[in-house]
Amino acid sequence: MIEIIKCKINGRDQEIAIDPRESLTDMLRNKLGLTSVKKGCEVGECGACTVLIDGKSYNSCIYLASWAKDKSIITVEGLTSENGELSPVQKAFIDESAVQCGFCTPGLLLTATEIVNSGQKYTREELRTLISGHLCRCTGYENILNAVEKALNQEN
Amino acid sequence: MTIGKNIPRVDAFDKVTGRAKYADDLVPTGTLIAKVLHSTIANGLVKKIDTSKAKQVPGVIEVFTCFDVPDIVFPTAGHPWSTNIANHDIADRKLLNTRVRYYGDDIAVVVAENELTATEALKLIEVEYEEYTPLLTIEDAMNGDALHEEYPNNILASTKYNVGGVSFEEALENNDVKIFEDEFEVPTVQHCFMENPNSYAYMESGKIVVVTSTQIPHIVRRVIGQALDIPWGQVRVIKPYIGGGFGAKQDVLYEPLNAWVSKMLGGKCVKLELTREEGFINTRVRHAMKIHIKSAVSENGRLIARKVKMFSNQGGYASHGHSVVAGAAHVVKQLYQDEVATDVEFTTVFTNLPVAGAMRGYGVPQITFALEAHMENVAKEMNFDNIELRKINMIKEGFVDPLNSIPSLTNELDQCIEIGAKHLNFREKHKKYSNQEGHIRKGVGCAIFSYKTGVYPISLETASCRMILNQDGSIQVQVGATEIGQGADTVFTQMAAEITGITYDKVYIMSAQDTDVTPYDSGAYASRQTYVSGHAVKKCGLELKQKILDYANYLKESEIAVDIKENHVLDKDGNKIIHVSEVALESFYHRENSKHIAAEATHHCDTNTISHGTTFVEIEVDLKLGLVKILDIINVHDSGTIINPKTALGQVHGGMSMGIAYALSEELLFNPKTGEAYNGDLLGYKIPTSLDSPDISCKFVEKYDPSGPFGNKALGEPPTVPVAPAIRNALFNATGIKYNQIPLTPERIFNKVKDKGLI
Amino acid sequence: MYNIKKMYNAETISDAVKFLTDNEDAKIIAGGSDVLIELRHGKLPNATLLNIRDIKEMQGIELINEDIIIKPLSTFTEIAENQIIQERIPMLAEAVNTVGGPQVRNIGTIGGNICNGITSADSASTLFTLDAELEITGPDGTRNIHIKDFYIWVAEVDLKQGELLTKIIIKKESYENYFGHYYKYAKRNAMDIAIQGCAVNCKLSDDKTKLENVRIGFGVGGPIPLRCFETENKAKGKLINNELIDEIGKSVLEEVNPRTSWKATKEFRLHLAQELSKRVLREAIERAGGHIND
Repeated sequence: MIEIIKCKINGRDQEIAIDPRESLTDMLRNKLGLTSVKKGCEVGECGACTVLIDGKSYNSCIYLASWAKDKSIITVEGLTSENGELSPVQKAFIDESAVQCGFCTPGLLLTATEIVNSGQKYTREELRTLISGHLCRCTGYENILNAVEKALNQEN
Repeated sequence: MTIGKNIPRVDAFDKVTGRAKYADDLVPTGTLIAKVLHSTIANGLVKKIDTSKAKQVPGVIEVFTCFDVPDIVFPTAGHPWSTNIANHDIADRKLLNTRVRYYGDDIAVVVAENELTATEALKLIEVEYEEYTPLLTIEDAMNGDALHEEYPNNILASTKYNVGGVSFEEALENNDVKIFEDEFEVPTVQHCFMENPNSYAYMESGKIVVVTSTQIPHIVRRVIGQALDIPWGQVRVIKPYIGGGFGAKQDVLYEPLNAWVSKMLGGKCVKLELTREEGFINTRVRHAMKIHIKSAVSENGRLIARKVKMFSNQGGYASHGHSVVAGAAHVVKQLYQDEVATDVEFTTVFTNLPVAGAMRGYGVPQITFALEAHMENVAKEMNFDNIELRKINMIKEGFVDPLNSIPSLTNELDQCIEIGAKHLNFREKHKKYSNQEGHIRKGVGCAIFSYKTGVYPISLETASCRMILNQDGSIQVQVGATEIGQGADTVFTQMAAEITGITYDKVYIMSAQDTDVTPYDSGAYASRQTYVSGHAVKKCGLELKQKILDYANYLKESEIAVDIKENHVLDKDGNKIIHVSEVALESFYHRENSKHIAAEATHHCDTNTISHGTTFVEIEVDLKLGLVKILDIINVHDSGTIINPKTALGQVHGGMSMGIAYALSEELLFNPKTGEAYNGDLLGYKIPTSLDSPDISCKFVEKYDPSGPFGNKALGEPPTVPVAPAIRNALFNATGIKYNQIPLTPERIFNKVKDKGLI
Repeated sequence: MYNIKKMYNAETISDAVKFLTDNEDAKIIAGGSDVLIELRHGKLPNATLLNIRDIKEMQGIELINEDIIIKPLSTFTEIAENQIIQERIPMLAEAVNTVGGPQVRNIGTIGGNICNGITSADSASTLFTLDAELEITGPDGTRNIHIKDFYIWVAEVDLKQGELLTKIIIKKESYENYFGHYYKYAKRNAMDIAIQGCAVNCKLSDDKTKLENVRIGFGVGGPIPLRCFETENKAKGKLINNELIDEIGKSVLEEVNPRTSWKATKEFRLHLAQELSKRVLREAIERAGGHIND
């Protein structure tokens, strides 16, 4: 079973041959080599596989690849500008030491990007809610919240 | 100076750009997939396995069962090997086992072209068992048939120690004391590394190569060699970036099985990746323990004697075995000193639960919960100031453990306590909260800890480092110590820069450990690497620096080069003689005397030192709903010199977060009839989300520890240790109720509140 | 990779109805946050999936003659952010915002939340207290039923072969002048399933001293979401005071029937039912502008 879908991945139009049984995680990792998309539970409980679909955060593990048809998908590989410059969110994560083992980091960077792109202001408590779909075992979320706050304040 | 500076993590860029590769990101295309069949009983014997249907599934390559594996038992603990047989870890499992010892034991493995086929084929394997009653509790196991023939009554080991030369009872004879007694219970918990253990194995150049998510690559190499009965040099283990370990990956997990399966298939590349559910049940858990404490206290608050009895639930296999409860037991005297006698007895019991091994703190979170909750109970019953009681009895600077000689070379515990108390306005609030009514109450609590840094002299401590000078005057640093997320590579880089005089930006550490390349180190465990491996980096750096200086002197035909700073070779007056890059370039391409400048050093560590600290916490509890909210929490650590404050804070935050959940929510639960876990997934097992996590404060009291390479001592594990008892003590302050069992789930809180008639 | 044997993508309701009529064992998939997980856990071997996520007629939230029509493919995020919902029935936004975490709320649909027939569904107890009507479409046309009649037993709802949920209707008279609150009691503040959920919706007398009407719903109060009709009847028209609240708290115990599981005992869940109903009622009354006299 093979199906060809068209979608935009990190800003580039792509035609991808998929197996309709595969998840978006499978497609991004195995077909496109976008290994920043991490597998932590495969049932939508940890958020490690989060990607942006048309600007919103989704767990790519519980999203079929075929549903990505005509959608625009962003992974962490797509956050860096063409000349290799880090996005404000990526910079903030480095500056605030929000990265430890790094396994939850890609998913959180994307949700943080969605938050920053929203153009809205949020309190720290609201940010806690907005990142609550990501489990992190290294940081206690302290520096992650600091980083998201920092990126948000810089941008908006 | 790079020590003490907030230098960004060396791996941060790669991790925020998605370029950091973890084992599963490197798997070659076309790799076969192995999936393990787990037993659906907790205790019994596999009589027969019918794999015929599974083998017929298109895409299934092979099915191996517990009847096919070599008759070799091997140990799995991430301990250095010992050439003395008396010190060997217990070897009690085969690659697959016919004797089933926990619900989920490994009994067969399917290899298929893809994951889906392997998973579907597993369902077609028919297993016939001889089933025995599951022995899940320590009591049942001690009264049941042996799970391992060599250990009657399922007692893996039972040990005693005494300090003072007299027993607890004898100590009471001529002393006017009050006796206090408590029984504590701490749960089975799981590490919840974000990256599930996974590996892939293949044969190349006559070797088995295993790429794996492990804390202990060099130990994995040795154990694969043992399990497969092949020379250790024929095994090459590569550890790329790993997504957390917390001790679960301080065990050899499925790497030997993965290697064996590849070998059986002629060296084809085979991947073995655990699901999250397997991550919970089939890796390791933290030991559940029951701890009984009896103490005799004089009127002026001095501990005269204590008697502690501990039982540790090992689960089905020995793993780290008795050493975890032993680690806990030895803290009894490293936290408080009894005036006359300390009697401690500790027993490890096999049961039909998932295997317990190392987890952040190695037994110390368990015993510290009991010791510090007990201390609070004593203070309350004696109407004694809870901080004073601790100060009177806690070990002081200069303490040397009477049994294993581990010293507290520097001890700023007193100051840690004062900083924590001041942060919360603890003394005043503690008094104020002691008499409250209503169902919304507040409480403050504290706890202290002592924690040894490395494992010397209990076990071998050794670490190596290699440095190589590049043509441009930069250096490569190779260590066997492993980066697992804690920031080891960053502090090693800082250390190398500090010692060699070559600036931080020119120090390139090799993050992936490859046992064929990186020198030997036991790996990431205890809180040893910054201390033990740090010494190796220091020693190696000094050697490299001397070689550079020697070559500079050769080039200058003099003896004036004495130091390197900021990449310049300096004379004794600090004048720049030559740039390191010039020395480097000449050393490579000198027509008469080319010389590849490199250094390698092993630090055979024969020191250890104790790290100290406290947690102070303020909570609010809703007695009717049994919900605890943390209003303010601070850890204050005496970890000697802090190498990198920002990464150090990160370690503390994560450790405290684990401690908070240990106190309030985490508990792996099992069906009492079958031994199957109820909540072995991230939904049922409650690690905190961002909405469950309070803002966390931390302070360091820095005092140079003379035994540390840069004055530093343990920090990786300690932050988690004092948190749970502090929270429990805060709840005690709020309610006056002694909660002696964690986690403090809403129902546990409510039931006691109701029993005591508080609402 | 999911073990999907066959998947059909329906584009219209009638297309879906036809497929469901012809395929007895078809399993509907919308957001996928339940079905894909079940598939992964091997609970739907050989299932034929009917994908309805592209059916336009089943998307969106509308207001018709001030009746609120929520189409079942509306995600939790869409509901929470929708102005019609926020202005008229904010308690539903509050309820769906307690589901999982943001990513799950972006994919999970309210239709799936109801149709999987699970007692802990966060939207269900609130919809019970909004007297939601469900439009079911089948081969013989449509029929409307009250949500309380839709639930039959654990994971069993009133959908006959060929039928699917096509609308959730909240009539003007069901929400106008009502103020409500939903409280999810769980072990975590996100990414969790309710140990118990309590929804209360009330309408006060003009002078705000009496409970003109009250509706009390529970998730995990029993095997399926439920309403406490007897308690509600007893409370109707009564003066608002602490005694009334205590009385209601006691009375709901006659109507809930939770069980013991590893997550919580029956006794604790009963205690919660009493305590939550009181607290949630208080909050609902306060939102309605009422005041609880001591």
